[in-house]
Parts: sequence; C-alpha cells; structure tokens
Amino acid sequence: MSDSLDAARTPAGFGQSRPLAGPNLVRRAATAFRVALGILIFFLILEFVTSLELVPHIYLPRASTVIRRMVELLQDPKFLKHVMATLHAWAVGLTLATLISVPIGILIGTSELAYKMSSPLIEFMRPIPSVALIPLGILLWGQGLPMKVILVAYATTWPILFNTVYGVHDVDPVAVQTARCFGLKQAAILRHINLPSAAPFIFTGVRISASIGLIVVIGAELLASADSGIGSYILFVSSSGGQMDSVLAGATIAGIVGAMINSVLGLIDRHFFAWRYLGAAPS
Amino acid sequence: MSTEGIEVHRLKSHVLSAIQSFVVRYGLGMALVILWEYAARQAGSIFFPPPSEILHRAAALWLSGPPGRLFLSDSVFQDVLPSLLRLLGGWVLAVAVGVPLGILIGRSRHLSDFVNPTLQFLRAIPGPALIPVFIILLGTESTMRVTLIAFGSVWPILLNTIEGTRTIDPLQLDTAQAFRLPRYARLWRIVLPAAMPKIFAGMRVSLSLAVILMVVSELVASTNGIGYRIQNAQIMFLLTDMWCGIVLLALLGYTLNWLFLKFEDRALGWHRGVRGRTATS
Repeated sequence: MSDSLDAARTPAGFGQSRPLAGPNLVRRAATAFRVALGILIFFLILEFVTSLELVPHIYLPRASTVIRRMVELLQDPKFLKHVMATLHAWAVGLTLATLISVPIGILIGTSELAYKMSSPLIEFMRPIPSVALIPLGILLWGQGLPMKVILVAYATTWPILFNTVYGVHDVDPVAVQTARCFGLKQAAILRHINLPSAAPFIFTGVRISASIGLIVVIGAELLASADSGIGSYILFVSSSGGQMDSVLAGATIAGIVGAMINSVLGLIDRHFFAWRYLGAAPS
Repeated sequence: MSTEGIEVHRLKSHVLSAIQSFVVRYGLGMALVILWEYAARQAGSIFFPPPSEILHRAAALWLSGPPGRLFLSDSVFQDVLPSLLRLLGGWVLAVAVGVPLGILIGRSRHLSDFVNPTLQFLRAIPGPALIPVFIILLGTESTMRVTLIAFGSVWPILLNTIEGTRTIDPLQLDTAQAFRLPRYARLWRIVLPAAMPKIFAGMRVSLSLAVILMVVSELVASTNGIGYRIQNAQIMFLLTDMWCGIVLLALLGYTLNWLFLKFEDRALGWHRGVRGRTATS
C-alpha cells in the first residue's frame, strides 16, 4: 500500500511512460531538482528576453513585473471571486457532462446494435467546435452562469462519452465468456467485468475533459464578455488599455490552475488505477 | 427451386442486408433530423430553425455563384477559403515546430525532466486568454490568427512526439548501435518510424484543436472568416445564417478528421502490418 502511495507522489513524468519509476529517493530528488531548475531557467530566459525591450514595456512587460502583479492579484479578493466563478462553471459543467455521458456510453458500449447505430452520429457531432456555439449560447441563455455551464457540458461530453464507449466495448472477450460459463447474469457481467475494466478509460476521458472544460469556460467568458470569471477579467483589463501585466498575470494564473487540475487528476489516476500501468515496460 | 430462383433469392438477400446495414448506420441520424424538422416546425421558435430552412439558406449563401466558378459564391472566397488557409497554415506550422522539437527533447532524458513542468503549464494556458497579447504584438491581420492557431495546437503534437520518442524499445536502439548505424540513420530509420503512431495521434488531436482556435481567432477583431460570419449573424439576429455557419463548421471538422484518417491509414499501414505479423507469429 505504502508503495503505491509513494509511486503516486513521484513528480509527473510524461504521462504513462514512467509511472512507477524512481524506486530510490536519490533519483526522485534529482528529478525534483531538475524540475525546479527547469522552471527557474524558463523564467530567467523570459526575464532576459523581455528586459531587452524589443517591444515597449507597456506592450510586453518584464516577466518579473508579471509575477509581481500575479502575487498582487492572488491577494485581491475581487480577483479571487473571478477565479471562483470560473471554477464554479467548470465544475458544474464537467459534472453534468459526466452524469450524462457515462450512462449513455455504457449503454452504447454494451449493445452492439446501439454501438453501430450511434457511432456515425457521434463522429459527426463531436467535431462541432464548442466555441462556434458561443453566439447561440449568448442569444439563448445570456452571458451568465447557465451559458457557460451548458457550453462546458457540451464540449466535455465527447471525450467522456468516447472513452466510456471504447472502454466498455473493448473488454477482454475471454473474461466475458469465462464469466458467462460460470453462469453470471448480464447485469453481473456488466458490474464485475465491463465496468472495472472500463473505469480507467472513463477516468482518462474525465481528465481530458477537465482541461478542455477550463479552456472553454475562460474562452466563453472572454468572447461573450461574461459578467464574472478569469476570462471576463482579462477582457476587462485588456480593453481598458495599458495593463498588459494584468492580462498576462491573469493568463498565467489560468495556466497554473489548469496545470494543477491536470496533475491532481494525474495523481488520482496513478493512485487508483496503478494496476493498469504494471504491464507497461519502464523506459 | 431452379438455379435462376436461387440466384434471385441470393440477390434479394444481398439487397436486404445492404438496406439493413444502411439503416443501422444512418437511421438514427436521419430520424433525428426528421424529428428536429418536425419539432422546429411545430414550435416555430426563431432560435431553432428547421434543417430544411438551414439547408436552403446555406445553398443561397455559398452555392449561388456563377457556373464558371463551380457555383461557389463570393462568400466562399471571402470567408470560407481564408478560414481554411489560416487553419491549415497554423496547423502545419505547429507540426513543423512540434515534431522536431519533440524529438530533440524526447531523445534526451534529462532535458525532458527540465522542460516538462514548463510545457505542462504552457499547454494549460487557454488560447483565448492570450488573444489580447497576440493582438498587441502581431496586429489583427492573418499573421496573428495563424500564430494563435499554431501556439494553441502545438502542444498535443509536441507532448506526443516526446512520449513517442522516449518509449522506443531500447533493444532496437542497442542493435542499431551494435551495427554502428550512424546517428542520422538511427534517427531516420528507428526513432522516427517507432514514434510515428504517437506523433500521428497528436497531429489528429491538434487538427480538431486548430478548428476551434480558428473560430476563436475570428470572433475577435476580424473582418472575414467563418467565425466572423457567425458572430456577425448573431449581432444582426440572423439566426438561420448563424446555424448555417455552425453546420458548416461541423462538416469542416468531420471532413478534416476523415481526410486525416485516410492519410494516416496510408502512412501508417506498414505499422499495422508489422504489428499484425508479430501478433500472429
């Protein structure tokens, strides 16, 4: 147990390639050191390039100015309210999408006929870019929370649905047949074989959707000039002019929030579905 | 039964099964379109025009030109074509930057530790949030839009290339080294082919991202493009025109994805062949 916990705490590598790597502390510390050094070097390069003033500082401020502004923003209750508004819409939309698409995905994945009938339709609906629906969303639901939630739910439905269908459909047939031989009922097979083997796929879908969802919320806030949220803050400071440091600080915070959500979900994935990676050869 | 009767019977069952598979494949979609048509006519809501009206309007918008230009109207050349060019330009730029950079980072184990957190952070920055910055630095012309599309869609390609290059079978590389293959030959004949499936997967994801970013970039400070038309229709309250744009974007996304899959089948056919052989042997 403690082993898998430790594995979950290792810094994220490139996804699934090295999930259980780093058996000893020294190597893990070295990786953590390189990660920290990498961030520092990236910042120093940015600081150097921006301090050359190839573009006037009012258009492209120094990296350190942006960081200072970021720290100010994170202490500003008004800005934190915007962050909460974004996360609120994101969480509600993602939950809605999960509640809708997991049951539908299981239904489609288990029935061969439903799978065949619905796959062309899903293939057609999926590529409709959610941002194309922003103008329609504004007309139908205004510029507040409902519009954002519906757009996020639409955009995040597809990866979850797709992964659920795929996970349930591509179950090891030997396992299913064995269960049938032992006289398990259809419902029991679904509960004990299809669902456990599809669970990591479903979670991957949720994880992909989580990052898409955040981009969609902020995009919708910015493009629809919503009443609150990180996106509407960025729109507000960019249209009032001369506040590029605030624009970049807002965008940076959005990026950090997204990266944090992604790595937390990655840790959860590695903790609960560690068995999935056991077969993978460490590189 | 005579031979002729058997032939007729066989033909009949053939036709029947063809009809059946057609209904299974497209029945649900057609039923939904008919339902939408019926419901929209009953409800009479201006927000949801019936599909027949959208189709009619789309034909008037885009297929009303002179026969010499294949009936394509001016709008196709003013909006649809520039959008397509920006989309493809940005995506090709993303591939041209992402694949070489990804191989470079992926080949070095320590380098990927250094850059990974930075890449994860850059990837998580929502593209729309950077539009103000891009506008100030690059203006409001096509350059800005192409750069935005490239910036937003490079991450799946870059990350997948890194991952694909890192997870190469070490046995293959050792063998190549034992046979003293020069560096470029190792890169060209072992690293690149082995990473190809992952790279293609990344390219496909970023193609659909590029469609989204194309629309996003055209919703702000633009004068033409599909995204601009949709937004303009919203402001002028021309709901059927807006729906035409949405349907066109769906068709565009679907077609691009389909074309890319065909291309991938062709380019990676050998890969499936090799894997199939090892699986059966």
